[in-house]
Amino acid sequence: MATFKEFRNNVKPNWCPGCGDFSVQAAIQRAAANVGLEPEQLAVISGIGCSGRISGYINAYGLHGIHGRALPIAQGVKLANRELTVIASGGDGDGFAIGMGHTVHAIRRNLDITYIVMDNQIYGLTKGQTSPRSAEGFKTKSTPEGSIESTLSPLEIALSAGATFVAQSFSSDLKQLTSLIEQGLQHKGFSLINVFSPCVTFNKINTYDWFKEHIVNLDQFPDYDPTNRVAAMNKIMETGGMLTGLIYQNKERKSYEDLAVGFKPEGIAKQDIKLSRDEFEKLLTEFK
Amino acid sequence: MISQLSWKIGGQQGEGVESTDRIFSTALNRLGYYLYGYRHFSSRIKGGHTNNKIRISTKPIRAISDDLDILVAFDQESIDLNAHELRPGGVVVADAKFSPTIPEGVQARLFAVPITSIAEELGTSLMKNMVASGASWALLGLSMDVFNKAVEEEFGRKGPAIVEKNIEAVRRGAEFVLEQAGGPLEEFKLADADGKQKLFMIGNEAMALGTLAAGCRLMSAYPITPASEIMEWLIKKLPKFGGTVVQTEDEIAAVTMAIGANYAGVRTMTASAGPGLSLMMEAIGLSGMTETPLVIVDTQRGGPSTGLPTKQEQSDINALINGTHGEIPKVVIAPSTIEECFYDMIEGFNISEQYQVPVIIATDLQLSLGKQTCEALEYDKIVIDRGKLVTGELPPTEENRLFKRYEFTEDGVSPRVIPGVKHGIHHVTGVEHDQEGRPSESAINRKKMMDKRLNKLNDLRITDAVKVDAPNANPDLLVIAMGSTGGTIEEARERLSAEGISTNRIMVRQMHPFPSELLKPHLDAAKKVIVLENNATGQLANLIKLNVGSHDKIRNLLKYDGTPFLPSEIHNACKELN
Repeated sequence: MATFKEFRNNVKPNWCPGCGDFSVQAAIQRAAANVGLEPEQLAVISGIGCSGRISGYINAYGLHGIHGRALPIAQGVKLANRELTVIASGGDGDGFAIGMGHTVHAIRRNLDITYIVMDNQIYGLTKGQTSPRSAEGFKTKSTPEGSIESTLSPLEIALSAGATFVAQSFSSDLKQLTSLIEQGLQHKGFSLINVFSPCVTFNKINTYDWFKEHIVNLDQFPDYDPTNRVAAMNKIMETGGMLTGLIYQNKERKSYEDLAVGFKPEGIAKQDIKLSRDEFEKLLTEFK
Repeated sequence: MISQLSWKIGGQQGEGVESTDRIFSTALNRLGYYLYGYRHFSSRIKGGHTNNKIRISTKPIRAISDDLDILVAFDQESIDLNAHELRPGGVVVADAKFSPTIPEGVQARLFAVPITSIAEELGTSLMKNMVASGASWALLGLSMDVFNKAVEEEFGRKGPAIVEKNIEAVRRGAEFVLEQAGGPLEEFKLADADGKQKLFMIGNEAMALGTLAAGCRLMSAYPITPASEIMEWLIKKLPKFGGTVVQTEDEIAAVTMAIGANYAGVRTMTASAGPGLSLMMEAIGLSGMTETPLVIVDTQRGGPSTGLPTKQEQSDINALINGTHGEIPKVVIAPSTIEECFYDMIEGFNISEQYQVPVIIATDLQLSLGKQTCEALEYDKIVIDRGKLVTGELPPTEENRLFKRYEFTEDGVSPRVIPGVKHGIHHVTGVEHDQEGRPSESAINRKKMMDKRLNKLNDLRITDAVKVDAPNANPDLLVIAMGSTGGTIEEARERLSAEGISTNRIMVRQMHPFPSELLKPHLDAAKKVIVLENNATGQLANLIKLNVGSHDKIRNLLKYDGTPFLPSEIHNACKELN
């Protein structure tokens, strides 16, 4: 069985020293090993931005696509071969700005994939512009007077869009993050894991210390019931979205693959694609 | 006995024009006639004038006719808008309810049939289309049994009582008109057809069928006119073959989902029209850059922007060839007949995997939606070739090395392995990359990779890249076109030939990379060249000028009012340009 080391490759990430994304990379590698995957059984599909590079830093099948479109690509991979474990990942700009439309619909569609967002509240690779996750008043190169748009709450949106698995973590908490990714990988449906992953170069407000001060860890509330959608929504609102842990999980709802009529347990990619003569002739009858 | 006639039914949208047309033409198809249909419709569901025209012939035809023999009208507007097409001696079958009149100057015979009152007597005015079609069918003197069988199939789902009522409506309509006319009209008596069984479908159905035959098992698409029939047909069939259709949130999701699924090893396509194609451009670049197979259908319609969504145009040529930033290898194929719609999908899927490139199959609205006779489609011509797809096991890679997914090879095409295969791990990125797929900014690698990708298609010539009919060594005119216009050109050529004007004809099917060498000798041999297309700027003509030359010989024949060319229009324009 593969260990987390087998999910490593020899590519040196181009992230800044101290970037939160390193821990996300490590957590994915550990979680993949912990759930018993072999590297070739995993496909990591990523978007564009600093965090989008992550698919190149994990020893698994990886596709680094175009900005904002990691989710539709990842869903295509899963539809083609449901035997693969598919992780989609990218940053908050990728998933909640240019790709927000896909995020909401991927949640609704509920294919069995795990979406890990590295949320740093800023655009890093383009050197410091505002993101939909930036706080109001946040000053960046594109908002020199401070952001005047309200901050987007992906957790609330996910819940209202019918998400079956919503979690949030902090890249410093490798243990919790790894555990949540494992749970996401094992969840039979779409799982959203938003990870506070500080940008040490361009975000001087939402720093590691700032997060430590503001985060509310759900592990402190033994009575919290993640199967209660109303309670989950309340908790998100109560904490201003600053909570970490498993926020909501619905194990009842079937995944898209299980609901799609005619979909077989083995991947389509493994099925024979040539029609038989009889099948073809039968298809012609409706045109006669 | 005549060898062909044209029949048209007109009314308000939602009034049953479509179903009447369907039953009428199904019955004609069963009798073995060649058919070619044209739908005039608007971007609305209920209300507004709509009409369907069918040309019926004992010989193959692929064009609408200049004139009309029989017009079935549910309202006076349908007569007013269409009577000018009637040839002298034509017939109008109209509902007596609105006291129909024939416009001045039109020499046509009117049969005012109490269509609505017969239908109401039978229980519902909904059946007035059956009364009307029964009446017009009876005038042709064709087998009522064949017609009733088609009615039965149309309404079979609704139970025997409904079928019986509709057949009764047909009978009453027929009975009334035959009494008025004194029997079937001799001048409309069609000669018997050749008796061969034919297929009758729209181009979109031919493409959907070709898609399934090609081994495509997934489609991701967003609804749009005039492409939606492809997804609607495939969602009925794909689940029976283990696949499915996903209706995505937009065309960007549709195309990127298709890229993901192709990457993971399933032949997957999407289909759209101009607005959707515009949204797909960035992703087409990803397919080209990552050498991931992709098949897209573009059913061209009136542009730009929302343009004329339900009308004919061929104005996406520039966008299909030049769209997406940067430089990628790409194939654009334009089927010119309904049979080609079927076979080109199979070839398109093969090319996309053999060369690992995006392939766009571009039709136009008339080819996509015009219902017509399709010659027998041959199972034995369905060949699936997946190119350099790795199917067996792979040896382990050296330590810290990945599978060389982008290995430099003689033909530029590298072995392709799909996720799940042991020892096949590699990276895929739209960033410039090395042979293992890892990002690379090396100048040497960049040039080699660009050359690898861009030279892959150097020798590609699809089956019948150009379809040439050149009976004359030095014709007065060489007519060049693409898409649905071929059949109309043929009719114009017959008339020109009768007048002593010699013509050759080329349908360009491989739009990109452009098969210049196949066209050049024909341009050289012709006295003049007419490039005929449904757009305002002569995009095909410009493509020929760019790739072949002969600027001084080339004349544009353009039509961009939303309607397809008529034979007479081409005939007259060619005479003028000669």
